[in-house]
Order: sequence, then C-alpha cells, then structure tokens
Amino acid sequence: MLKYLFAKEENIPQGTAAIFFGVSSIAWFIIGSGLGSFNAAKLAFPDLYHGLYALQFGHMRQVHVHAVIFGWIAMAFAASMMYITPALGNTKLWSEKLGVWNCLLYNVGLCLALALLWAGVTSGREYSDHIWPIDLYIAFVMVVPWCLNVWMTIINRRTQGIYTTNWFFAGCMFMTVVVFLVGNMPEWLHLTGLNEAYMTWWFAHNVLGLLITPVAAAITYYIVPKITGNPLYSHRVGHLHFWSIVVFYSTPAAHHLMSSPLPEWLKSFASVEGVLILVPAVAYVCNILLTMQGRWSMFVENIEIKFTITGVLLAIPLNMQGGFQQTRAINWYIHGTGWIVAHAHLALLGFSTFAEAASVYYGMQVLLRRKLYSASLANFHFWMLLIGFSLYWVSMTISGLIQGAAKIYEVPYVDVVIAEHPYMIVRWIGGTMVFFGNIIWLYNMVMTARAGDIVPVGRQPAEVAYTR
Amino acid sequence: MAFREYKIGCWMFGISLSLSMFITIILPGIDISSMSSTKLALEKQLTYGWETGFNYYDPFLQGKDKPIKVTLTKDPKTGVAIDKTEAYVFPAGTHFPNGLTHDNILGDEVQKASVSLGKIDQASEDKGAVFVVSVTSNDTPYMEYATVTRGWNVDATLKASDEQLMAGSGKTLFVREGCWWCHTLLPEQTQDWQSFGRPPMVGDFNGESPTTFGSDRKAPDLLHVGSRNSSREWMVMHFFNPRLVQPHSIMPRYDFLWGDKDADGKNIDLAAWDEQYFAYAKGESVYPPGVPTPAADSEARMLVDFVLNLK
Repeated sequence: MLKYLFAKEENIPQGTAAIFFGVSSIAWFIIGSGLGSFNAAKLAFPDLYHGLYALQFGHMRQVHVHAVIFGWIAMAFAASMMYITPALGNTKLWSEKLGVWNCLLYNVGLCLALALLWAGVTSGREYSDHIWPIDLYIAFVMVVPWCLNVWMTIINRRTQGIYTTNWFFAGCMFMTVVVFLVGNMPEWLHLTGLNEAYMTWWFAHNVLGLLITPVAAAITYYIVPKITGNPLYSHRVGHLHFWSIVVFYSTPAAHHLMSSPLPEWLKSFASVEGVLILVPAVAYVCNILLTMQGRWSMFVENIEIKFTITGVLLAIPLNMQGGFQQTRAINWYIHGTGWIVAHAHLALLGFSTFAEAASVYYGMQVLLRRKLYSASLANFHFWMLLIGFSLYWVSMTISGLIQGAAKIYEVPYVDVVIAEHPYMIVRWIGGTMVFFGNIIWLYNMVMTARAGDIVPVGRQPAEVAYTR
Repeated sequence: MAFREYKIGCWMFGISLSLSMFITIILPGIDISSMSSTKLALEKQLTYGWETGFNYYDPFLQGKDKPIKVTLTKDPKTGVAIDKTEAYVFPAGTHFPNGLTHDNILGDEVQKASVSLGKIDQASEDKGAVFVVSVTSNDTPYMEYATVTRGWNVDATLKASDEQLMAGSGKTLFVREGCWWCHTLLPEQTQDWQSFGRPPMVGDFNGESPTTFGSDRKAPDLLHVGSRNSSREWMVMHFFNPRLVQPHSIMPRYDFLWGDKDADGKNIDLAAWDEQYFAYAKGESVYPPGVPTPAADSEARMLVDFVLNLK
C-alpha cells in the first residue's frame, strides 16, 4: 500500500483502492465480530474475563458496534463502490491515488475513534457516540474523499445513462454526508433535552436507512445481473425503490422513541411513514428475485449468488419486522428488548453483511484476476455466517419476547435475567461462529491472492471452474 | 449530466430531502423547543451542570467541572433552622448548565420568573454560585440565585450542609462507564408504572445533555431507583460486586472505581479480595469479605451519589 501513496496516478493499477478497502473490511469484520463474541460471553457469564478491567462491557459494547459499522460495513461499501462505479460507467476510478490515501486515513481515523470510545471518551449518544473532533474527521477525511471519487467517476463515465446501482451510490453518499453533519447537530450546537434525544435517533435511523440498507441493495442490483447474466427485471421498479427510500425512509426517525414523551403528532406521523418503508422493501425484493428467473440453480452453485440471494431473502423478514414492530400496537410489547437487538443484527449481520460479502468475494476475484482459492472454505464461511447469525437471531428474538412478556406483567427484573440466560449462551455461540467463519474467509482471500487460478482476460470468475 | 431527466432528478432529490428534513427536524424542533421546563428539569440541570458527555472542561469524562448538590437544615448565612432544602453549589469556575447561559431553554414563564424573582442573570461562573429551585405562587418553577436572594455563599453553604451529593460527576461516570447500555432512564408510558415508576414528562429534559435514555434494556430501569432503594450500603456492595447482593445479576463489577485507597486511607487489594470471595463462592467460608467504603473523592462515591439521587 505504502508504495502507491506517492506514486503517479497512471502508475497505480486499477482496482488498487478497492483491494485495500476490501482487505481492510475483512480484517475489521474479524475484529468487530470478535468483539461481539467477547461482549456476548460477558452477558452469559459476567465473571468470565474478570480482571480485564481494560475491557469492561460498558466500554467495549460501542467499540463492537462502530468496528462493525465503520470498519466492516462502510469499508466493504467503499471497496464495492471503488470497483463497481467505474465498471458501470465503463471508465476508470476518478483517482486511485485519492482512494489509496482515503483507505489509509480511514483506517487510521477508525483506530483513533475506536481507541477513544474504548477509553470512555464519548458523547453519550447511541450511534453518534463519537466526540465532535472525530465526527469532523469522519465527515471530511473519511467520507468526503470517498464521495468525491464516486461522484467524479459517475460524472466522467463513458456511458450515456446511469445504471440503478450508481444512482444509489451517488445519492446515498450525498445523504450520508448530510445526515452525518445534521445528525451531529446536538454536538456542534450543544442542543440539549428532548431535541438532543430526538436528533440522536434521527441520525441513527437515517444512517441505517439512507446508507447501510440502500447501498447493500444497490450492490445486489449489480452482482445479480452481472453474475447470472440476466438483465435487471425492471428499471422502473428500481426507480420506485430509490424514490420511496428518499421519501419514506428519511422520515420515521421518531419511531425509535415511541415510549418517550415526544409530541404525539410526531410519533403518529413517524409510525405511518414507518409502515410505508414496505414500499421500497417490496419493490426491491421482487425486483431482485424476478431477476433470478431461470438462473435459480446458481443460488446453489455460485458462492456470490448464494450470499447475495440469502441477503435478499433475509431482507423479507427484516422489512416485515421493521414495518410493523414500530407501530404502537406492537412497539409497546417489544420496545427496548432483545427483539430489537435481533432486528438490528438481521439488518446488519443478515441482509447487509451477506450482500457485502458477496461483493467483496466477487470484487477481489475480478480485481486480482484470480479464481477463488477454495470453494469449500467459501461454503464453510457461508454456513458459519448463516448458522451463526440464525442462532443469534432466533435466541435474541425469543429472549426479547420473554423480556416483553415480563415487562407487561411487571415481573421482577432478576427473573428475566435468569430466564434469558440460556439464550445469552446461544447468542454467544452464534457470534463466535461468525467470528471463526471470518477468520477462514481472510485465509481464503489471502490464498486467493497468492495461489488462486488465473482468470483469463475477458472471462468472468464464475466462468472458470473451481480446482479446490 | 447528459440527460434532462438527470437534472430533474437532482432537483426532485434535493426538494424531497429538504422537505423530509423540514418535517422531521424543523417542525419537531419548534414544537419541542416551545415546551416549558418542569421543576424536575430545573433540578436536573442544576445537579448535572454543563454537558455530562465529552466537553472541553472534562475531556476524559472524569467527573470534573460539576456542581455539588447539598441538603440544608439550617440557613448557611444565619445558622437558623430551616425546612429541609436542597441547594446546588457551583464552586468558582464551575460551568453553568444550558438553562442558565441561554435564554431560550427554560421556557418563557420559567425564564421570566428565574430572572425577576430568582435573579439568575446576576450569577457568574467565575465567582461561583449557590442555586435553589423555587416555585411561584401560581406554581411556576424557577431557579433562584441564592447567593443574592438569600446571601448563601459557596463556602458557607458547603459548611452548613448535612449531606453532599456529587451526582453531576456521577452522571459523567454513568456515561463513561456505559451504564446506560443496559440500564435505561426511560420508564415506558404503556407499562412500567408499577416496577419502575412514573414515565418522564415532556418538560423534564430541558437543558440536559446527554439524556441517556438507553435503548436496549438488559437491566432494571433506573430513573426512579433512588426511591425504590435508598440504601447507600446496598449500592456500595452492589457496585463492588453485584453478585454479593443479587446472585443472578449479570452486571460487571465496578470495584476498580474505588481507586487505590478506601475511606480510611487503607490500601485496597482487589486480588486478595477476589481470593476470599471465590472461597466464599465455593462454600469454603461462611461470609463474603467486607466491601471497602469508597473514599470521598473516589469515582465509586460519585456514581453511588448519582444513583441514589435518581428519585
């Protein structure tokens, strides 16, 4: 990496930035899921790591969250954008050099940000935990150069139209910058009280809805047609998806605070808009699944399609939960319980992660021009992720329902803790499976770079047979 | 951008995003900002002072720059017995909460009463100040700058006090140690009344930051914990090792917040304590080892003060 920092733009091979972002994202996924497993162990057995005062749960919880969101998910997005955007514009990335610097400063910034959270230096606001100097760094050093590369590549494209994936990339990056700067207003302007609480959730809601889920969807809009060879089922349904994200997903922030004393009109409005999230959700899932027509055998045979379509199928329960769990009729029961934790992992570890993993698997093979080292290890990774996630999701959903029932009947809280204990153990096992699966993934990727079979020029990795 | 449609699309995108932000930020902002402070909000502001998350004056969240909440049963100036009164002491240099430094935080009525009756506009951070929360004849709460209205200065008030709570510093530690990842501060409106007490009202938060509602409740709500359990001894044991008082608790131990010395100046040896505790846990001894009393300037004391103050 270092040798490209001061190289001339034309001497940097295409795809360098994407490869660096891709490798970083896998490394951060290992760190993030490892921390998740570590934290989950403490919830099952609080004295397990007793004596490691430097790794207190209250400090490590948000380090896990931000390692996964900023490290794994965002960097996998960056990797995807750095190779998909130019490919769809039939051009080169606007600046590989900027991309390489961006990746370096991204990693440095993320280490710094996580170290501060680890030390307990926090704004005390969930998801916008970072202190404002770090927020500034994230916005202007980590995100803006990334946006520039995406936007300038699209502007300099050599195609007439812009494909669905690229509208999403450009639009979502713009919304991310706006959401980040506006959502951290409580810190810039020292907003206090309910305004501060509400803006915290305005940020948390929108960063998920306008960055994490739509970019993951945009990636699948590229991967599925590209690998199956089928054209996207409907460009117009893609439009419906995009515009309904902008209009419906940016408005229901208050549904995260349904039991707080926010104005009632705001909660009702947010709740109605929250159900309308089903519009982009249904449009998207139908569009992708219909694109698969006639190629369903690839869901079994092709590892990238297996990951992608699993992610898309997980988006169905995700959006069904998301649309309805925030209505007053259901929210009073499950608010603040493990159900929500399960739902958050369904979005990030289920839908989003599976889509990104496919994109990183595919992108690395294309950019390195190497066939994946081992299909067996990739399948192993897939099943570790899927089974690990499923254990996590099912156990946390059940524990959330227990907690909800106990909340309604006002059962003494310690009885809830006792009842949840077995599910906490299952949660830990699930998280640990994801962690070990990811280590295998990194090994497989390193071996792909070193010893994968060469993919001939003009060929797709999917067209070359596996040798292992 | 090659196609006219893209130009139109960019405009549509900008307009819809702006409209969305107008509805979800500007309108709620106007509505929420028009809410008047309750008495509770005034008490919370004066207890917690300026920001309890990261800020210039306490960048590493050590509980610096915070007021002290005191209980008085005699007048600090005259020494005459008075009804039990809570006062908030800001030693010189301690920063004031938002409601004292900005005119639009408290709400019109409360702001007017605080200035005309409470004389808060005369208070300054450099000189230090003592405040109390009072109520007008028509039930409007207001902040009163007691140094001017009652002649209570900082030193005399601290000296005359029966009890001093470092609850503001404790809230900083509550944020730093991530207590709010499991303990919410938001009893829900639809239930929770019996177990966790009254849900907060709309005006209860003015000037408070961060509000640390919490979102993922893995432990009891703490908004009114001081009313349910006001035993300092219980809290001290529970923070040191929650399994001493609740064998099924999954809360981490906070024994490291005691620091090196206990209240008597004796060294605290956590390893030796653990050894005795594990012997007790295995049934080899009848009683667990005793929990050291936190020193007056220890972080453990601040956190216990904060929790006991959550009435």
